[in-house]
Amino acid sequence: MIQLIINGQSQQFAAPLNVAQLIDHLSLQGKRIAIERNGTIVPRSQFTEQLLVHGDRLEVVIAVGGG
Amino acid sequence: MNNLTIAGKTYASRLLVGTGKYKDFAETRAAVDASGAEIITVAIRRTNIGQNANEPSLLEALPPTKYTILPNTAGCYTVEDAVRTLRLARELLDGHSLVKLEVLGDPKTLYPNVVETIKAAEILIKEGFQVMVYTSDDPIIAKQLEEMGCVAIMPLASLIGSGMGILNPWNLQIIIENAKVPVLVDAGVGTASDAVIAMELGCDGVLMNTAIAAAKQPVLMASAMRKAVEAGREAYLAGRMAKKFYSASPSSPIEGVIARAGIPTSQKTI
Repeated sequence: MIQLIINGQSQQFAAPLNVAQLIDHLSLQGKRIAIERNGTIVPRSQFTEQLLVHGDRLEVVIAVGGG
Repeated sequence: MNNLTIAGKTYASRLLVGTGKYKDFAETRAAVDASGAEIITVAIRRTNIGQNANEPSLLEALPPTKYTILPNTAGCYTVEDAVRTLRLARELLDGHSLVKLEVLGDPKTLYPNVVETIKAAEILIKEGFQVMVYTSDDPIIAKQLEEMGCVAIMPLASLIGSGMGILNPWNLQIIIENAKVPVLVDAGVGTASDAVIAMELGCDGVLMNTAIAAAKQPVLMASAMRKAVEAGREAYLAGRMAKKFYSASPSSPIEGVIARAGIPTSQKTI
C-alpha cells in the first residue's frame, strides 16, 4: 500500500505505479496536463519511467480561464 | 509600423486579452475573436481529480495552434509559487517560453509585490523564459525589469479588476519614454476610452480581462476595445494638436459671413 498526495489530497494505492498509470487512474489520459512531483516537473517523456513512491507529492495542472 | 513585436515575434493586434470570468468557453471564444487579440492569457490551476473527467477544456476552445497562449502566475504571492507555476505552464504548452509574470503582494488590492517580482524574473530569465512582467507604475522598477531582460514591461493603469482607468498617466509616460522594450498597460482599464488613453500615451499595447468579461455584453465590448486600441494607436502616430486655453483661429473662414453685423460690443474687449 502506498499513499500519494495529489493536488493536496491523500490517495491510497494497492500497488506501486508509474506516472502514466496514475494518469489513467485519474481518467486524464489524452488531456493537456502538466505534472510536478515533489517540486520538480515530470516531463511527458518520463511518464512511464518514473515510478511513484510512498509519500510523493504531486501537482496535476491544466490551463483555465484567467487574466 | 503598426505591428507589435514581442521577443522577436510580430503581432498585428496590440490588444491582449484574458480568458477569465466568462460564463462559458463559447462566450470566451466569441469575445476573444471579436477583440482580434492574438495573445491570450490563461491561468494554471490544479485539475479536478476523479470527477468530471469529460469536462471541456479551455485549450480546446482556444487552441494554441490559433492563439499565442500566455500563461500567467495570477494568485501567486511568492517567488517559489510563481516560478513553479510557469515551469508547469511551459511543460503544459510543449516548451512555450513566453509567459506573464505577476507576483501579488496583497489579496485585498492585488497590488504587485515588486521585490518578489524582480527575484522571480531573475530565476525565470536564467531558465530561458521570455518574461512579460506585470508591475507597478514605478519608472525605476520598470527600468530595472527591462535591464534584467524582461521582454515586455506591463505596468498597471489601476488595480486589477477595478476598472478605474489610467490613474497616473505621467508615470506611464516616463516608463514609455525610458523603455526600449514594449510597454503594455495591464490591469485597470474599465472601458474603451481608457484603452484609447493608454494607446495615445504611446503604450505599445493593452492587456485586459475584466473590462470585457464583466461588461453587460462582453462580445460587443470586445469589439469596442479592438477599435479603441486601434484608434488610440493611430492618434498617437498622427500626433495630436497642441492644447490651447482658447483659439482665435476658427476652423471655418472668417471672411464672407452673411449679414455681417459685427462682433457684439460686449465681447469686443476679450
